[in-house]
Amino acid sequence: MSAKLTSRQVGDVTVIDAAGRITLGDGASSFRDTIRDLAAKGNKKLLLNLADVSYIDSSGIGEMVSGFTTVTNNGGQLKLLGLSKRVKDLLQITKLYTVFEVFDDETTAIRSFH
Amino acid sequence: MARPENGKMEKVQTTLDSVLESVDKAEEFVIQEAGKAGFDEDEQHQIGMAVRECAVNAVVHGNRYSKTKKVHLDIERSSSALTVTIGDEGEGFDLNSLPDPLAPENLLRQSGRGLLLIRTFMDDFDLHPRPGGGTEVRLVKHLAKS
Repeated sequence: MSAKLTSRQVGDVTVIDAAGRITLGDGASSFRDTIRDLAAKGNKKLLLNLADVSYIDSSGIGEMVSGFTTVTNNGGQLKLLGLSKRVKDLLQITKLYTVFEVFDDETTAIRSFH
Repeated sequence: MARPENGKMEKVQTTLDSVLESVDKAEEFVIQEAGKAGFDEDEQHQIGMAVRECAVNAVVHGNRYSKTKKVHLDIERSSSALTVTIGDEGEGFDLNSLPDPLAPENLLRQSGRGLLLIRTFMDDFDLHPRPGGGTEVRLVKHLAKS
């Protein structure tokens, strides 16, 4: 299953619920389109929920970084929620733990934007 | 899963088209072989991801999706290790020309992390020109002694 992304609003924070695989091809491109679309519409507080993401490859990581840059350059913030151990390991290996703010709990994550 | 008997080597070879579907096939194929070799689920995942990254490099950067060029996947399973060789028919490239993805100035680059993951997940990594043209990557993962 490639990536499926849906967004919902919690106050002024846009939560993007991602599911499936974020890998080179359809998964990574739908991910990129969703983030860019939300950023273009003026959403500045984005929380990416990866709890149902089963797999991310280096292309998927690249799209996360690209999304982070797009949102940040737009004056916004992109934070991560619900990482599996494997995704956490990938962020450790790539040192992206130093770039992304990561949360296990949605309420705490939402609160962190204020 | 049963391991091959001591000294016995089992080898499978396949040739794949230069399309993204081949990346999934290569990953599935190697995970299956890693399971047969006796690697646990986490190790199978790591081996699968390393092979996936190599296959992406072969299809996208090596063969550039050429319909006339193939990706060559060989998997050898012994009682002590899994050895995977992935070859492309591209122009070749210089490993030293790749920027360090962990350097602070490169952390926000979109690409360039594949080899880092491959090296992290596998015990041995070797890249060399493929006989007949292209690039060949050899990956080895050793089985923990049981």
